[in-house]
Amino acid sequence: MNEHAVNERPGSETPWQRWIRAPWRGLGLWLLGIPATFVGLWFITVVSLISGFVGILLFPSATMALRKQLDVYRDRIERCTGHRIERPYLPEPAPEPGLKGSVRRFVTLARDPATWRDYLWVAADPFVALFTAALPGLLILYGLWGYAVATFAGGMIGHYGGSDWYAYIHVTEGYGRDTGRVVSTAVVATLCIAAGYLLGPTMMRVYGRWGEAVLGPTEKSRLALRVRHLTETRSDAVDASAAELRRIERDLHDGAQARLVAMGMSLGAIEHLLDKDPEKARILLAQTRESSAKALHELRDLVRGIHPPVLADRGIGDAVKALALDHPLHVEVAADLPARPEPPVESAAYFAVSEILTNAAKHSGASRVWVDMRHERGMLRITVTDDGRGGASLDGGTGLRGIERRIGTFDGVLALNSPVGGPTIVTLELPCALSSPKTSPS
Amino acid sequence: MRVVLAEDLALLREGLVSLLETHGFEIADAVDNGPSLLKALVDHRPDVAVVDVRLPPSFTDEGLQAALEARRRIPGLPVLVLSQYVEQLYARELLADGTGGIGYLLKDRVFDTAQFVDAVRRVAAGGTAMDPEVISRLVASSTRDTPLSRLTPRETEVLELMAQGRSNAAIAEQLVVTERAVTKHTANIFAKLDLPVTDDTNRRVLAVLAYLNR
Repeated sequence: MNEHAVNERPGSETPWQRWIRAPWRGLGLWLLGIPATFVGLWFITVVSLISGFVGILLFPSATMALRKQLDVYRDRIERCTGHRIERPYLPEPAPEPGLKGSVRRFVTLARDPATWRDYLWVAADPFVALFTAALPGLLILYGLWGYAVATFAGGMIGHYGGSDWYAYIHVTEGYGRDTGRVVSTAVVATLCIAAGYLLGPTMMRVYGRWGEAVLGPTEKSRLALRVRHLTETRSDAVDASAAELRRIERDLHDGAQARLVAMGMSLGAIEHLLDKDPEKARILLAQTRESSAKALHELRDLVRGIHPPVLADRGIGDAVKALALDHPLHVEVAADLPARPEPPVESAAYFAVSEILTNAAKHSGASRVWVDMRHERGMLRITVTDDGRGGASLDGGTGLRGIERRIGTFDGVLALNSPVGGPTIVTLELPCALSSPKTSPS
Repeated sequence: MRVVLAEDLALLREGLVSLLETHGFEIADAVDNGPSLLKALVDHRPDVAVVDVRLPPSFTDEGLQAALEARRRIPGLPVLVLSQYVEQLYARELLADGTGGIGYLLKDRVFDTAQFVDAVRRVAAGGTAMDPEVISRLVASSTRDTPLSRLTPRETEVLELMAQGRSNAAIAEQLVVTERAVTKHTANIFAKLDLPVTDDTNRRVLAVLAYLNR
């Protein structure tokens, strides 16, 4: 779901374009009902077969086909109206082999209210769409037909002895010669077209709301989805912190702790040697001091990996600047943060940027990197751009998936744009409030 | 020589006081937090200040901020900053005003009493004392496409020692070469880094660091 976070919106077009396009988009949405109706009919058939067990076996595939069809609607409505409609379905069960698996799958799907709301959509949408989304387009088409009637079609119908109605105007023998009827046809046609264009965007909005109401998640399924997301990210977070603790434990055990033990032993030896062989004791003392310096060095590196001092002192802006100074590539940092984000978010964002920069140095072949950090609309937004060869993917062992998971704990999202040939742009967005005002005067 | 000392750990503070006193320094004031440090620096105007970066009340870079503020009010006030960590960012901020009299050392350099006292004296005299780790990280991070990558390993070594504030004689002694050889190396370094040559060691170090600070 994260890949959709950064998306083009119809907001990017001018209002004029929106007015002009709305009626035709509406017609398109209405026509989408034709394939949907077929899939819906199949679904209804399967439902009616449930009592005969065959239905139970066919139900999951029919449900999935319907969901897929309605995803097209969700996508199209989002593109036309800018209203994002999330998938309302509860976690879909993985297909299990055997009869038992099929039955379980049937039960899970049948218990999902969204399945039946899909059913409602297929049954009702052709009519709803006709009077909302499709109405402006149909009015315009009717208007165009009116012009055709007024100019030549009316005369032809009359000439061949036909009888027809255009709105309230009777088209019969002699229509072509009756200026009054022709003019009023043209007036009605013009009114229809005008009304069609005027109604377009409004009807689109109404239809969007209908789509949101039926195709979108209900409060209950929204909560269920949220619970699932939280459960996933919580277990990720617990795993990550457990791994981190193990790493720290190992580093301490193999590093500082081992050195302290060695130092203790050396000191014992020195105590013995002091009287017998002061010269050797002096050498050992020098070694011991070196050991203590190394232990300190290791502890310092360890702490830097847990919580970098500049991050603690100054916040993410200066911390990333410090990171850039130590980085082998030429990194330019722009930070526009009036205050500091909450510490956990700040730390997660810092380590994400740190990892992205490490990736850029290792894989991208870039020579320059730009980091841009800003806070807008309740989001900490970080963009890392490099001029490397591009072609990065989330799953290419680049660790981006891991970053995505970790910032997921804070409902953060990651978007990757990396065409072959570069540049690579990684965008992070983390919802957060800015807390303590910036104290550093620099 | 009068010293103002800022360190929040009582044990370390007393250790530093006795260390500096045995080496003939006079302790004008020893404080344990940021605000009193700034006040002490402005009131006493010491010959040199020895400051811990992290101080109460906020336990962030309070000591550094106080030192920078004091130097804004008293330009050129010699400050030796001690820290558990060295950060290039902080080194740059300290050196930014280009007036010298700056030291930035890891706390464990205090263990080597002779070198530490030497560093304090150098800073008090308006020189610089950069921790070798600052320099080595500067050099390590400039591996690509910079004039630094044009230096030979020996020249890099000389540059590191120079940036720490050592004189040519001290560098020669450390590298076990003649002073003349060091002079030749430094001339090469300046040529490769496009820096004007002057006689003043302190100037040269500042010039090098200013160059690295871009």
